[in-house]
Amino acid sequence: MNGGPALVSIMRQGSTLIASIHTALDDSELVRFEHDLVAQIGTHRSRGVIIDVAALDVIDSFAAHTLRRIAEMARLRGARTVVVGIQPEVAFAMVRLGMRPAAGGDHVTTALDLEEGLALLETAESGGPPGGAAGWSP
Amino acid sequence: MADEKPGAGRQGAPTDEAPPNGLRDDPTAAAHDGVAAGGNGEHLLSQLIAHLRENRTRLREEWAERIQEAHLLTAMTPKEMAAETTSVYDNYVEVLETGSVEALQHYARDLSERIIPRGVETHEVVGIVLLLRDVLARSLFEKYQRDFGLLNEVLDAYEPAANRIANTVAVSFVDERERVIRQQQDAIRELSTPVLPVRERLLILPIIGVLDSERARQLTEQLLTGIRRHRAKVVVIDITGSPDVDETVANHLVQTVDASRLMGASVIITGLSPKIAQTLVTIGVDLSKMNTIGDLQGGLEEAERLLGYTVTRKEVSSSS
Repeated sequence: MNGGPALVSIMRQGSTLIASIHTALDDSELVRFEHDLVAQIGTHRSRGVIIDVAALDVIDSFAAHTLRRIAEMARLRGARTVVVGIQPEVAFAMVRLGMRPAAGGDHVTTALDLEEGLALLETAESGGPPGGAAGWSP
Repeated sequence: MADEKPGAGRQGAPTDEAPPNGLRDDPTAAAHDGVAAGGNGEHLLSQLIAHLRENRTRLREEWAERIQEAHLLTAMTPKEMAAETTSVYDNYVEVLETGSVEALQHYARDLSERIIPRGVETHEVVGIVLLLRDVLARSLFEKYQRDFGLLNEVLDAYEPAANRIANTVAVSFVDERERVIRQQQDAIRELSTPVLPVRERLLILPIIGVLDSERARQLTEQLLTGIRRHRAKVVVIDITGSPDVDETVANHLVQTVDASRLMGASVIITGLSPKIAQTLVTIGVDLSKMNTIGDLQGGLEEAERLLGYTVTRKEVSSSS
């Protein structure tokens, strides 16, 4: 990305894409991230996407909106998205800003960390109920 | 009370030597600051102090007797009393002499620290200082009863300083008390929202007592960091011990539940009293997405079900 250190890394693990955000992204970087990630879902024929946001200490409404768009687009391309690693303060701030978790279904699901996210995708793949899954709608 | 400006006794200072603000009728411009007061005032004060030093033992004993008569400081042994009354007496005379309450303040704070844990009340502390003031005033009456003019002057010098001392001691005591109360409040607050792991990935938060917004804020913080630390998947918040919540706290609770879900943990709320249930419905908090169960037992069972635990009772042999 423009010669600097990578802001985001997207890795493939079996049929799952793991996107790890390393630092705060501005709006244009988010748009680019969205574009890259959705493109890669098709390239790798992924069934699941995990976005790790543990490094972020702020998730503003645009970022939350982008994550939701990614999840929606990924679903249209046949992959399920899980956002993992939301920090405690970030979680509360997001709720404060009115981003309530939705009961499930078509919204972004969240999990504690990468391991949990992978486990969640696995149960979803094997047709089990998405136990403990939660998401949000703006 | 008595201010710091150097002043003269009402009739004590020769006018040419008195500072311009040493108004004759200003009762606060007291002669306790003996250095600034002119010849007569200073003389009177040193005379007064000499008198108090001379009769130290007698006056102190009289004072201790009066304290006992008034049933003050019953929490202390006679020996401790003797030691403390001596120190207080000496400090008292020192303040009269120097006009500076700094040392007394230190002593009073120190004393308060020692006696507050033993249950000494504010009225007792104020009471003994006022008693000392009275005892000393009486002795002055006795000494100067022949000369009312002189007695007046001596009292002019004595009273503001004595009041100031009483004030200092009382304020120091109350300050110390408040410090202790603050400390205890902090301790209670820290203990008030425990986050307890009961099983792997299962946390319980028992809430006892009234939830105010400060506690609710703390609860959120503890819960969310607890979820991260213990990698919790299910959290049971038990509010059996909480008598009531208001709208702010209820909304805060809902937000906490939502935030927990963002972190991948589901929350079960148990023990909603009829009153709280009524409050929540009346104020219209959106509870449709909240998982609530009647009591803690049911909540734990549900949590275990979510986590895939099955608890079975082991068959006990017939000998029991």
